[in-house]
Parts: sequence; structure tokens; C-alpha cells
Amino acid sequence: MELNPFVIFIAAIFTSNILLTNFLGMCSFLSVSKEIESSLGLGFAVVFVMTFTSAINYAVYHYILVPLDIVYLQYIIFIIVIAAFVQLTEMVIERFSPVLYYSLGIFLPLITVNCAILGISLFMVIREYNFVQSVAFGAGGGLGWLLAILALAGIRAKVNYKFVPTGLQGAGLSLIITGLMALGFIGFSGIVVIQ
Amino acid sequence: MSKREIFMNSAFTENSVWKQILGICSALAITNLVRNSLVMGLGVIFTLALSSLTVSLIRSYIPKRIRMMVQTLIIASYVIIVDLFLKAFMPEISKALGPYVGLIITNCIIMGRLEAFAGKNSPIDSMIDGIGTGVGYSLVLIIISFVRELFGFGTLFGFQILGDWWTKWSIMVMAPSAFFMLAILIWIIKGPLSAKKG
Repeated sequence: MELNPFVIFIAAIFTSNILLTNFLGMCSFLSVSKEIESSLGLGFAVVFVMTFTSAINYAVYHYILVPLDIVYLQYIIFIIVIAAFVQLTEMVIERFSPVLYYSLGIFLPLITVNCAILGISLFMVIREYNFVQSVAFGAGGGLGWLLAILALAGIRAKVNYKFVPTGLQGAGLSLIITGLMALGFIGFSGIVVIQ
Repeated sequence: MSKREIFMNSAFTENSVWKQILGICSALAITNLVRNSLVMGLGVIFTLALSSLTVSLIRSYIPKRIRMMVQTLIIASYVIIVDLFLKAFMPEISKALGPYVGLIITNCIIMGRLEAFAGKNSPIDSMIDGIGTGVGYSLVLIIISFVRELFGFGTLFGFQILGDWWTKWSIMVMAPSAFFMLAILIWIIKGPLSAKKG
């Protein structure tokens, strides 16, 4: 598939937003979006981890798994790569930038179980992207996720003080807001289309 | 607790999706066709039941510090079995589900049950709890996909139910409706249904 990496990057942010069209990373999306600040922290951590793990997983998949013909092990390998990368990042940040560690550190362990990260790697394999495309896809996917969680956190901060029927409070309302956001994002679909 | 109670508790009273809002990524993504949801549900039941059993069997040998890693690897092994099975016997559905089969690994429900139940209880109880949780999860998937497929395509399991007079609601096939459907389901269960009991 010959797609310009920039097109993939834009598409991953707007038209095929990993959260709003593929529903990935919902768990932490719903639980963390209570505050704008923590959403921002988690969002940046996701952008960082997603960009690098998509690059590493691309290399692992094409230079180790395919030549050895053990593609069926991809799930295990990908999840190990992600967990190891998150652990490593945590150690490096702790060593070199304690300030950043305190603002970002608590979110890093959450990321290992964020399905959006694994999802990006799996989509990258299924859609047969090359290296540059994969990195663009990872970065775009992360930014798209950041955009979605920031928007939800902002809206939730406003809605907090309004009357909401019991039963719809909390998760129910967040889901409806997310649904409306997804409707809004369909408006972008004229820009670029991938898949 | 009796075996029956464990099952009913994990499938309905403490249902992971509407009580704890876990594992909804895949609950939303594949629910535009009932058939896909059914297969996905069975995959999750299989993975949950067997990984609960395995974790419970070896629970006293797993070092506390690395238990997350061990659990993830156990889950991943069973997911690979599910994936290979689907690829071999139902290639069409495997293609439709795409990456979401692999994403069962990061389904928080499974990790949650392993942490909360299988790590502390006997193997048989854990397996029943796993099956119960899986059944409760599949139930949600099937309810949502039932509505979405019926209104979106006018079909159920691929058979035409609503005639030509029906104008298909194409929004039901698209992403936003999944969010709305789940929100409405949670609303109904948490609001009116709970109010009656209380």
C-alpha cells in the first residue's frame, strides 16, 4: 500500500481516531478524564509510548518474527515489548528528570494495559505499513487519543455541576458525550480516507 | 458461596461491563453484527475460564512482584489458541474481527478477574467465576449487537428480518451508535431497574 506517511498521520488523528472509531483505550479514557491536568499527562505518555513501540514492534515483527516464521507469537512478543519499553521509560525518566517523573510517572504503568497501544501495533501489521508509515501511524494515533481525552475532560469539567439523572451519572454520561464527539469527528471524514 | 451463587454473582449482579465499566473497548467495536459478537463472546469465555483456572492452579508459585507479567503471558497464550482456531475454522469471521481477537489480551475484565478472584480462590471456583464473567460480558455484547444489527442492516445473524419498507439507520452501523447504545443500557440497568429493587 503506497500511502503518504503524512496522510496516515492526519487520518490517524482525525478521520480514523483510534478512540472514537476503533474504541481502543476506553478504560483509562473513562477513568482518567475527570481532570484536565491528569488527562494531559496520560495523553502525552500515550503519544510517547505509542510512537516508539510502533517503531520497535515494526522492527521486531519484520526482522525477527517473519524470518523465523513465528508470526503466531506476535501477541506475546508485542505485549512484552510494550511492557519492557514502559518499564525502561519509567527508569530513564526517574533517573534524568524527577520533575517529569512525578507528573508523568504514575500514568506509565497504566499504559501497559491500554489496549490502544497494542491495537496500533496490530493494525500496523494488518494494514502492511512500512517503517515510516508505522511511525506516522503511531504518532498520529497517540495525538488523536490525546485530543479525544482532552476534549472529554474539558466537557466533563463543565457538565459536573449540572443536573444528571441517576443511573446516567459517571460512565453513562461520559459515553454519551463520547458518542456525540464521535458524531462530530465523522464530519472530518471528507479530508482523507484510510481503510 | 455455592458454585451457582458464584456464577450468578459474576454473570449478573457484579457484571463487569455495567457494574465496573471494564472491557468495553471490544464490547463496542465488534457489536454491529450479532454473529461477530457471539464468536467474540465465546472467545472471551474460553480465555477467561482457562486463564482463571491456570492462574488459580499456580497461584502459590507466582512471585508477587511479577504476577502481572505472568498473568499477561498466560492470557496471551490462550488468546493465541483462540486466534489460531478462528483462522483455521472460521477465516471469514477471523478477518472481520481483525485485531480485536488479539486485543482480548488487554481486555481489562480478564486481568481484573485474575487479580480479584483467581489469585485467591480454588481452581474450580475460579473457573466457574471466569465462565460467569464471560457469560455476563457476552450477554452485553449480544444485546447491543442485536439492536445495532436489527436497525442498522434490518437483519439478524445475516437473515433478513425487516422488509424493504424499513429505512436502514446507517448511524447504527457507525461508531457513535455503539457509545449511545452502551450508555442507554447502563442507564436502564442502573436507573429504573435498580430503583425498583431498592
